[in-house]
Amino acid sequence: MTTPYGIGNIRYNGNAVIVDLAGEIDMNSSTHLREQLLEILHKKPRLTIINLEQVTFMDSSGLAVLIEMMQITNRQATQLKIVALNERIRSIFEISRLDSIFSIYDTEEEAIKSL
Amino acid sequence: MNNDPLKLPIYIRISAHPDNLAVVRGAVRALASQANLSSHDIDKIILAISEALTNIIRHSYNGPCDDPIEIAMGQTIHQPSGRPALQWVIRDYGKTVDPATIKGRDLEDIRPGGLGIHIMQAVMDIVEFQKPDHPGMILLMVKFIDTSSPETPSAETVHPTTMKEGHLK
Repeated sequence: MTTPYGIGNIRYNGNAVIVDLAGEIDMNSSTHLREQLLEILHKKPRLTIINLEQVTFMDSSGLAVLIEMMQITNRQATQLKIVALNERIRSIFEISRLDSIFSIYDTEEEAIKSL
Repeated sequence: MNNDPLKLPIYIRISAHPDNLAVVRGAVRALASQANLSSHDIDKIILAISEALTNIIRHSYNGPCDDPIEIAMGQTIHQPSGRPALQWVIRDYGKTVDPATIKGRDLEDIRPGGLGIHIMQAVMDIVEFQKPDHPGMILLMVKFIDTSSPETPSAETVHPTTMKEGHLK
């Protein structure tokens, strides 16, 4: 059985790369997701926006990928922002107290304006 | 806990592959949806169980393999508290470790990994690791449920006898 997940779309808006994630992000899917995101960040976009609106489940494996990506963008002096954190996955950010560590915005427009 | 730690109404046995996690999450959602819990609490419970299984695959078995993970669960009266609860007992046959050494990492230390135990403890009312008389570990997790308040409408419940055409989209 394969869990549906992954990067649904990669979109560009000026200097921003917008990455839409979808489905369940767990131990099963996070390794491949990490590789895909590393490939995007390797190009050092000024702003990377991760849109989580279509993510139905995320565990600490997925969170670990996002933390690593945040650390990479910090080292690159680029930015990573998370948008559309839906209620189903908000818990893990709150429980791990990472909701105050990541830059989280309700919409892509707000994330882009904040640059 | 009685002599058979897995003596609960629902029993699932999976091989220690992450491919199987979604199946268990589905069963946990079905069980938790029958209890008096909000959808937010149900999502957190599913997260905690998934973290427990991920930890077993990653740490007890050192990665995906064909060895078994047994999961028993049900809505029961927790003993010795006598309170209604959702209970899970998860057994693996990997590494045996001293339960006292199982700790989550400091949340101030921002780095990938190490959050599973913290999440389990934050979500569940009881998280108890036990050393069995065989290789591996037994993990007991309990979430007490409040049966006195009205059921929280976490999702529309459709009973087969009342199902209408509009539900069959």
